[in-house]
Amino acid sequence: MAAGPSLRSNPGPGGAVLSAQGDWTAAHACDLERLARAPFAPVGKLTISIESVDRLDTFGVWALERLRRCAAEAGVDAQLAIPQDARADLFAGVEKALSRAPPQVARGDALTKWLERVGLSTQNFSADFTAFLDLVGRLTYCFWQGLRSPSRLRLRSAVHHLDRTGLRATPIIALMCFLIGCILAQQGFFHFQRFGATNYVVDLVTILVLREIGVLLVTIMVAGRSGSAYTAEIGSMKMREEIDALRTMGLDPIEYLILPRILALIVAAPLLTIVGNGAALYGAGVVAATYGDMSPAVYLERLHEAASHIDLEVGLIKAPVMAFVIGVVAALEGMKVQGSAESLGLGATASVVRSIFFVIVLDGVFAVLFAAVGM
Amino acid sequence: MEANEVISVNDLRVALGEREVIRGLSFGVRRGEIIGLVGASGSGKTVLLRTMLGLLPKTSGVVEIMGVRLEQATAEQSRRVGERCGMMFQQGALFSSLTLRENVEFPMREYLRGSDAMYADVALAKLGMVGLSVVDADKLPSEISGGMTKRVAIARALALDPDILFLDEPTSGLDPIAAGEIDRLIRTLQRVLNLTVFMVTHDLNSLKSVCTRILALYDGRIIAQGDIRDMLAFDHPWLSAYFRGERGRAAQLS
Ligand SMILES: Nc1ncnc2c1ncn2[C@@H]1O[C@H](COP(=O)(O)OP(=O)(O)OP(=O)(O)O)[C@@H](O)[C@H]1O
Ligand SMILES: [Mg+2]
Repeated sequence: MAAGPSLRSNPGPGGAVLSAQGDWTAAHACDLERLARAPFAPVGKLTISIESVDRLDTFGVWALERLRRCAAEAGVDAQLAIPQDARADLFAGVEKALSRAPPQVARGDALTKWLERVGLSTQNFSADFTAFLDLVGRLTYCFWQGLRSPSRLRLRSAVHHLDRTGLRATPIIALMCFLIGCILAQQGFFHFQRFGATNYVVDLVTILVLREIGVLLVTIMVAGRSGSAYTAEIGSMKMREEIDALRTMGLDPIEYLILPRILALIVAAPLLTIVGNGAALYGAGVVAATYGDMSPAVYLERLHEAASHIDLEVGLIKAPVMAFVIGVVAALEGMKVQGSAESLGLGATASVVRSIFFVIVLDGVFAVLFAAVGM
Repeated sequence: MEANEVISVNDLRVALGEREVIRGLSFGVRRGEIIGLVGASGSGKTVLLRTMLGLLPKTSGVVEIMGVRLEQATAEQSRRVGERCGMMFQQGALFSSLTLRENVEFPMREYLRGSDAMYADVALAKLGMVGLSVVDADKLPSEISGGMTKRVAIARALALDPDILFLDEPTSGLDPIAAGEIDRLIRTLQRVLNLTVFMVTHDLNSLKSVCTRILALYDGRIIAQGDIRDMLAFDHPWLSAYFRGERGRAAQLS
């Protein structure tokens, strides 16, 4: 192992000579740093010689060049004695990089920056809203075209996505809804016992599940499971120019990629809601029998009385609308992805957060609407 | 492993799925050599490179880089090999969320103990050496052209002034002037740093002007090695089509 870098100064005939010794390489970055910032007494003339350097690389060249500049700043007439061989190229390269103009940084006080951010996010918000309407319009047009010539609906692809987002999601959604059904019923029995109102537990569970819980659980799961997957797929296709490739072939990415996915979601959501409702009510029944001392026959009878067509319909009307919004948000976030992996991650996160937010908002809007029409 | 050899490959076999792509291949590379690996498209050059670096599993055989077998190396050893080897991937493999300068600085920050100013200056110097201007240094990889991607990838492979440089088609997709500059840079670094270069290339000019030895990969084996004259003299239908075809004549190899 050769020695680290060092400098030795000896006076020469034409001014002082600073002779670099040892290894001036990346492995000694720390020492190079120190040497490059060595203080200088203003002497008249200085030559930095690299004759006795054992090994030299770009980092060493940087340190030597830096040293010369330091000396020059201290008022010393410093020269680097560069041998006329391949090393000269390295010195030329580093010299050029060091002589660059210092970067211009945009400055502004905190208030300006804050205002700028607010302005930008307002602008983004309105751009997002326009993009949303734009995509909805295009999808509608595309769907309309598809109805007139069904080959353009890409049903094969839609069925493939239906399998992914619907069939394969069934077990987890059924399990989740089953557990929530159990928990609801347990809480109902536990608290209603105090008023002797255990008979109404079944009404509580049925109405909650059919109207709200079932569809909310399912759509939130769909947003987390399929919405994020859609964003990631479309985003990485955008990143790798696959979407541009489709466009140059004269094909419409909305028709090929987005419409089949959204159709699949719209079909899958109500079906999954039915599965979820069934699982939740079954879970409630299990708890009723084991914890609430209510025999299955009585539970079924109470269920029959409590459940109405309207409750079921309320849930099933909401599901496809929410699925549509999830799909559109996922596609929009996917199309917004830029070149970097980070933007893909941001897109997937935004897709899930936004679609769950919209699902909740929509749920509120539906509650008002249904109340108005007496459903 | 012979003394002075920095890379040695012995009876290497690699299968991908059903197909055996590398079928019993041996060679050694001495310090300071510039090796050019040629072979038809799809013959397994990239696979060989990736296997040598331990990115693909091998069926059998031995690969030693600086005396270290990567599959048996301790964390310390593989870190040292990682520090002393630079690899440039065929598609660039730049970190998409870092700017070009940060891409080049990245290995420095991991391995060296210098200042930000040092990293920035050296990174810009490297970018300058591969022919990129300071203006481009703060762009993101998604905002640059294909040829620029190649150059940044080379600059990143060179970030730590490595001992061994692996290049996968460094000059393909570059204009002849830029390709010439890269060739010159590789030669310069080889002289100054006594760099060992192992590069896959289809560029007959690079093969002629920078490579000290050429390895020809055919059918999963090295069928010939030597300098460009040996390649021209070697009697094999594929090799003579490669070097003595129309393009070979245009590059005035002989
Ligand atoms: N991950 C993989 N799985 C299966 N097969 C692969 C994989 N990567 C490469 N191959 C196959 O191995 C063979 C060699 O590929 P490789 O990328 O090494 O070619 P190459 O010699 O680098 O070609 P080129 O000059 O076009 O870059 C090809 O037939 C390819 O199909
Ligand atoms: Mg390849």
